[in-house]
Amino acid sequence: MLNDLLSRRLIFVTGKGGVGKTTVALALGLAAASAGRRTIVADLGGVGDQAELEVAPRLFRISVDPQGAMDEYLAVKVPGPAAAVLRQSRLFQSFAMATPGMRELLCMGKLWELAQFERRTPDADAYDLVIVDAPASGHGAALLRTPRTFAEIARVGPIANQARTIADTIADPSFTAVVAVSTPEEMPVNETLELRAALASAPDPLALELVILNARYPDRFTVEDAAVLRRALENDARLAGAAQIALEVALAEHRRAGLHNEQEQRLRAEFGERLRVLPYLFERGIELPQLELLAERLAA
Amino acid sequence: MNALELLEGRRICICVGAGGVGKTTTSAALAVGMAAHGLKVAVVTIDPARRLANALGLEALDNEPRLVSPERLTGVEIRGELWAMMLDPKRTFDDLIDRVAPSAERAEEIKRNGVYRQLSSAVSGSQEFTAIEKLYELAEADYDLLVLDTPPAHNAAEFLSAPGRLTAFLGGGALQTLLRPTGIGMRLLGIGAAPVLGALRLVTGVDLVSDLTTFFALLGGMTDEFNARAVRVDELLHAPETAFVLVSSAQDQPIDEAIRFRENLRESEMPFAGAIVNRVSRGFPQDDVPSEWAFDLMADLTSRVAACTADHVVLAERDAANIERLGAAFSGEPILQVPDFSKDIHDMEGLLAIHRVLFDD
Repeated sequence: MLNDLLSRRLIFVTGKGGVGKTTVALALGLAAASAGRRTIVADLGGVGDQAELEVAPRLFRISVDPQGAMDEYLAVKVPGPAAAVLRQSRLFQSFAMATPGMRELLCMGKLWELAQFERRTPDADAYDLVIVDAPASGHGAALLRTPRTFAEIARVGPIANQARTIADTIADPSFTAVVAVSTPEEMPVNETLELRAALASAPDPLALELVILNARYPDRFTVEDAAVLRRALENDARLAGAAQIALEVALAEHRRAGLHNEQEQRLRAEFGERLRVLPYLFERGIELPQLELLAERLAA
Repeated sequence: MNALELLEGRRICICVGAGGVGKTTTSAALAVGMAAHGLKVAVVTIDPARRLANALGLEALDNEPRLVSPERLTGVEIRGELWAMMLDPKRTFDDLIDRVAPSAERAEEIKRNGVYRQLSSAVSGSQEFTAIEKLYELAEADYDLLVLDTPPAHNAAEFLSAPGRLTAFLGGGALQTLLRPTGIGMRLLGIGAAPVLGALRLVTGVDLVSDLTTFFALLGGMTDEFNARAVRVDELLHAPETAFVLVSSAQDQPIDEAIRFRENLRESEMPFAGAIVNRVSRGFPQDDVPSEWAFDLMADLTSRVAACTADHVVLAERDAANIERLGAAFSGEPILQVPDFSKDIHDMEGLLAIHRVLFDD
């Protein structure tokens, strides 16, 4: 299933805020890169570098921002003098950035460009795969709809044509896939189900190729274990300080793991084989070694 | 320091932060606490979890605050009044047009316009714009305190600039100048605008330009009102009785984003009160975690408890380091910590648990 996913050209990774989209996007990127695919992970409107930087063998990162995408588009697409007029016109700049949906369209245009074998960016190499660390579910679904919406509003002219080309690419399931990330909590799982419905009912319906349940607590203690721990906590008067906290923390972990299990079952019932589970990492931070571990789990 | 002191003397509290950090529940908990203290408080929530919305009696989407019956808040004595609503962006946008349009007919015409429909239902931008619009509207009413939940954002600049971008669009004199080549503005601009207009048609296609021309013709003199409102909203946001409160969780990424938020607020000179950090892992007494445990338990269970402790010590250290990092980015503003409750907090029970911690009840 993962090979199937990674054979696409453009993957959008979305999900509720705070579920670890960036981590999962990078782990997917590492998995693709180690499978030999030249891959770039793109985030939108972030604070990262706007250049294409290699962060691991065959894995690149880029931060796409609307203004940069606009400058690039004008430079490449619009005949010389007109481009210069537009680039220098404050009126045009404020018009473009304020037009609803224009920022999203510009970002989508840049992502589309990254996924082309024939890059319009001079001297740019082609990627086998572009993974988008997309905005949270609602904004993410809106982003995917933007090119079609624009094509319909503008109807004719260069923007309409460009938007239509991008929209057709997004609608092509052999080219584009959407992956949802969730944590095993009620709200993110609800949002995953809402996202599936929103994508399915869009003018160009899309399906969730994969659902990745991130940061699931381990089932370290059974229900019987928990009963033993609870009794120890109640009956052993000698317990104090760190020992008491240790038992309380173990019970709290058990409680949360139970909630995680409930939410995992909800997703499993809906997505079956399309669900992948990543463990909670008890680590100080998520760096390359942690990402590699997650990439291995995804590929397993 | 508790939340009462955090919000002392403020009339508006705007809770900002990344997605998934418990912003909505925290906003509601702040509102409950201040209402309990005797104030007349209104809280505007954005996309609340259904259980939280139901618990507050927000089933009906009427886009106006409703009085929350004190019986819903078990264990809290509300000496003031708690009002709550969930924001309906489309409705707020339509109400604004109704209020500003010179006639009901004109308002209807605008609401039918394709560009307007796109504008008012676009996900990005319209939530931010209408949240601020609602805040401005409610600030005229007789509440002692307004608490505003905000759409999730990666940085404050995103939240703060989105309303401005829309206002720039609605009130954009420059745009109208561009689109109405016979207007007085065009004559003032002289020849500069003609090539821009030509280039614009080349890039966008004529139809988009003519749709926009119709839209701005409909807006007519209303654009002045949009601009004037934007100035008053800006004054409101900068007022000393306004407080931005950062909500975060204690993990790396939300804390990074909280630090960026703080920077954005400083750059835009917004009044900042402090931060609330949710889901802080429980700390262990320092130097008191033994390498071997002597519980009266089976060896295997003891070793699993030990492994569990070792893992959670890492989380506690991570959280403590992150909170220290956040504090270093502040100019002494307080950070209120809420422990991890090992449960979902998107219901009344979660709200009350956060409330108890924030108001040390």
